Amino acid sequence: MLLLLPGLALAQVPNPAQTVMRDGVTLTQAQEQRAEAIGDQLRCLVCQNESIEGSSATLAKQLRIIIRQHVAAGDGDKSIMDYMVHRYGIFVLLKPPFSRLTLLLYATPVLALILGFLVAWLTRRSKIPPPPPLDDAEQDRLERLLKS
Amino acid sequence: MDMRRRLLFTAPLAVVALGGWGFYTILERMEQDKYDPHALPSPLIGHKPPAFNLPGFNTAPGFSNTDLAAPPQPMLVNWFASWCLPCAQEAPMMAQLAKTGLPIWGIAYQDQPDALTSYFAQYGNPYTKLALDASGLTAINWGVYGVPETYLIDKNGIVRWRWAGAITSDVMANGLQPLLAKYA
Repeated sequence: MLLLLPGLALAQVPNPAQTVMRDGVTLTQAQEQRAEAIGDQLRCLVCQNESIEGSSATLAKQLRIIIRQHVAAGDGDKSIMDYMVHRYGIFVLLKPPFSRLTLLLYATPVLALILGFLVAWLTRRSKIPPPPPLDDAEQDRLERLLKS
Repeated sequence: MDMRRRLLFTAPLAVVALGGWGFYTILERMEQDKYDPHALPSPLIGHKPPAFNLPGFNTAPGFSNTDLAAPPQPMLVNWFASWCLPCAQEAPMMAQLAKTGLPIWGIAYQDQPDALTSYFAQYGNPYTKLALDASGLTAINWGVYGVPETYLIDKNGIVRWRWAGAITSDVMANGLQPLLAKYA
């Protein structure tokens, strides 16, 4: 049984030359994987929290077709991304680029870390106040205890 | 030493305060309806519409990007569809705007002539010119991501404003009217 497993794994590796059809566009397995990777990085503008690849909206389907047509034509990932950004702006990118607009977004983890350090530092700094000085009766008792 | 310690303390505090101020501004602007995190700015603003040539409705001719190159006065391009509910909602507003003499050119998005005929019978036709984008591919080139969407085009043919969603009296008073005056 164990001896059969490597053979089984080999059989399941998709053949990169094999063609698949999605949304009416036929691509090779490798091209389809590239198209999916691109679609995963793009926001569906109708639903806004889904990727183009995962959305069932009509516009997302049209954009999937466009991505696949560009992939079939041999266009690079960057030129396909630029095509989308040119039309919809950087909002279409699920991972926005670092810019003045997204500065606060990217700075948030650092801000939280600094705030955490400040809070930790301030709590450590506020020490327990020293006990009030002993009154005369207590002082006498202390001396008696020390002598005995 | 004292100076260095003070700087060590105040510099991170200032950074955090600045960040806090940034977040506070965002929240405050959201509360005042001045900032909508779901709205996306159109990359077309400041540019001419992309090249297109769309057929018209029934026997009337459609229009192309060259027809929008230099309009005699500022105008609107309204993307709509007969199947779209917010479009029917903004129809009275469009009729009101058309009455003021503002040219409104309509582009029907993924629509059928029959459906459009009954839509106009019910809600009126405020459009000076009408084109049909049956495939929706011209809409993608414009960056349209839903209907209705309204674009303001100035006398130089440049897109100055885009509104995604129905035009309400509030949008008209605070968004559109000041710009119409500015680009008149």
